[in-house]
Amino acid sequence: MAKTLFDKLWDAHVVTELGDDSALLYIDRVFIHERTGSVALKALQESGRKVRFPANAFGTMDHIVDTIDGRDDNTIMPSGREFIEAMREGCEWAGIRLFDINDSDQGIVHVISPEQGIVLPGLSLVCPDSHTCSQGAFGALAWGIGSTEAEHALATSTLRVSKPKTMRIKVNGTLDPSLTAKDVIMHIIGELGAAGGSGYAIEFCGSVIDSMDMEARMTLCNMGVELSAFTAMIAPDDKTIQFLKGRPYAPSGKNWDDALQEWQALKSCDGANFDEEIEVDISALQETVTWGTSPEHALPISGVIPTPNSESMRKALDYIGLEAGATIRGTKIDGAFIGSCTNGRLSDLRRAAAILKGQHVAPGVKAICVPGSMAVKAAAEAEGLDRIFKEAGFEWRLPGCSMCFFAGGESFGHKARVVSTTNRNFENRQGPRTRSHLASPATVAASAVMGRIASMSEVEAKTPNELASAKAS
Amino acid sequence: MEKFTRISAIAAPLVRENIDTDIIIPSREMKRVSKKGLSNGLFAGWRYSDMEARTPDPEFILNNPAYLGTQILVVGKNFGCGSSREHAVWALAEYGIRTIVAPSFSAIFRSNCIQNGVLPIAVANSEVLRLAEQAIGGSNGIFTVDLLAQEILLPDGEKLAFEISKQDRQTLLDGLDPIDRTLQLSDQISAFEASRFAAHPWVSLQVKP
Repeated sequence: MAKTLFDKLWDAHVVTELGDDSALLYIDRVFIHERTGSVALKALQESGRKVRFPANAFGTMDHIVDTIDGRDDNTIMPSGREFIEAMREGCEWAGIRLFDINDSDQGIVHVISPEQGIVLPGLSLVCPDSHTCSQGAFGALAWGIGSTEAEHALATSTLRVSKPKTMRIKVNGTLDPSLTAKDVIMHIIGELGAAGGSGYAIEFCGSVIDSMDMEARMTLCNMGVELSAFTAMIAPDDKTIQFLKGRPYAPSGKNWDDALQEWQALKSCDGANFDEEIEVDISALQETVTWGTSPEHALPISGVIPTPNSESMRKALDYIGLEAGATIRGTKIDGAFIGSCTNGRLSDLRRAAAILKGQHVAPGVKAICVPGSMAVKAAAEAEGLDRIFKEAGFEWRLPGCSMCFFAGGESFGHKARVVSTTNRNFENRQGPRTRSHLASPATVAASAVMGRIASMSEVEAKTPNELASAKAS
Repeated sequence: MEKFTRISAIAAPLVRENIDTDIIIPSREMKRVSKKGLSNGLFAGWRYSDMEARTPDPEFILNNPAYLGTQILVVGKNFGCGSSREHAVWALAEYGIRTIVAPSFSAIFRSNCIQNGVLPIAVANSEVLRLAEQAIGGSNGIFTVDLLAQEILLPDGEKLAFEISKQDRQTLLDGLDPIDRTLQLSDQISAFEASRFAAHPWVSLQVKP
């Protein structure tokens, strides 16, 4: 039978069938972080169980740690220290490699796992974090779970899983070089809706995907969960292999050669049957931005805020404080955020820096850039990107999830309007009553400079008055 | 884990789409490394007009005295989307919610429910609206959710059947810890692992290549 990539990954991990399309799957890698992993480790310790195979488990500090210079175990978030200490003690107890706060390889789990070669094609990987689907970009079966399932995976090296259905999304057309994977995935979520992938493992394919580098593919798969999908994935190719070659935990020598042989077969067979097939054409794609409180509230930058046709939409519009019929472009902003597991990699920072070079953020805009990992930060600094951000008026931070969500510490403020490269514009996500608009790094950079939701092209075309006022600030 | 067989209780309609786990339990309400003490932060952004002062918002349904003792939520599609935080289910369970009826759930949230003795029931949108209508008024209508019979008895006497996988049904009925059940399969797991490592040595990081 012609199998899909998902079928191949699933079948390779079935320890035993559990009936009803459920199976006990072998888990090759478990990654945990201090917010949801600490509680899993604590529960394991309390129950008198052990981590079955600690060599294949990893931990990082990303969710609660501060991202300001001179950080330590104390956090701006009240009680953050408790999470950090519990995580550190738990990892020591279990014998798990922890990328601790000031480790030179620390960073956001979905940024450092690929950097380290921990995720590989053909592996199963779980993490108590919904954006684990990012790592499906490597042709791995990688998905997010809860803390109790993380306990299960750590204690047994397996999980009981109901088999999802399969969906293939083929992305046709040509991606304009000024646009990015972020615009593509936000457009797709806008088309299919926030529940559009519910119950499915999604495989992305097509010429647009083939042409994307690995960082772009991670951005694409990252937001698979915003379609409510079980996970997302892309078949490995030469780009995948080149990315992984020589990474610390990637195979080497004969194992590398053997692995390459196997990875070649990791693709959907011709004629493989998907439960759902969707084609998306991106020829008319524009920079994409959200207007509301769900990632499905996506609009092209030239778009107009829609008239609500449901209670949910009315509430979204009420929360975000905008009027139906208004253009999204031109909406005044108070903050700009660049970073996160969606857009905190080197190529993201380069795109933003290209806009920011020689520019300055508009008066009154609080602008923050948080590299996704220590490695991203070091690489960016080696290229001088940090100077471009700082000279443009951005804060240049230490790696972590930072203000992608509000944990009780830093916020952009009550009713502050933020343009953000993150993945969720939910109510109160970035702070109490804070209003979030999702966009690509370039669009966020352009908006920061203009002081309003703006297209990249507007930075080039700034009026002399605007230039003078930016310099004066 | 608390067993689930049958409950009789009032239901609260909260039929909005895409109610995410940030709404169910905001990040800032997750203050301790613990599964407990979360119910006070449940729906904090909607439940309190002032989150700091904990001033109840009278408009929010669970603040209406008619819904005191609610054990069933009737909600819109894609409930529990967003963050994987199990704290959302811990908060709901601690508040007393045992069943959630929706047109669909996020996959992670749904699994988290099963792990914590909360029954997620997916039925057609039209059925959700029918339930929501009968839930209006709260204490006037008692719903009975029967997992053994896989049906909901509505206040008007009608019955509504629902589907659930055998695996999940058994987990809820037994109230057994899935880890204990899986550990009974240790020999099978070890045998699978040995053959996986033999064929693909790079999967094991025990001895770094």
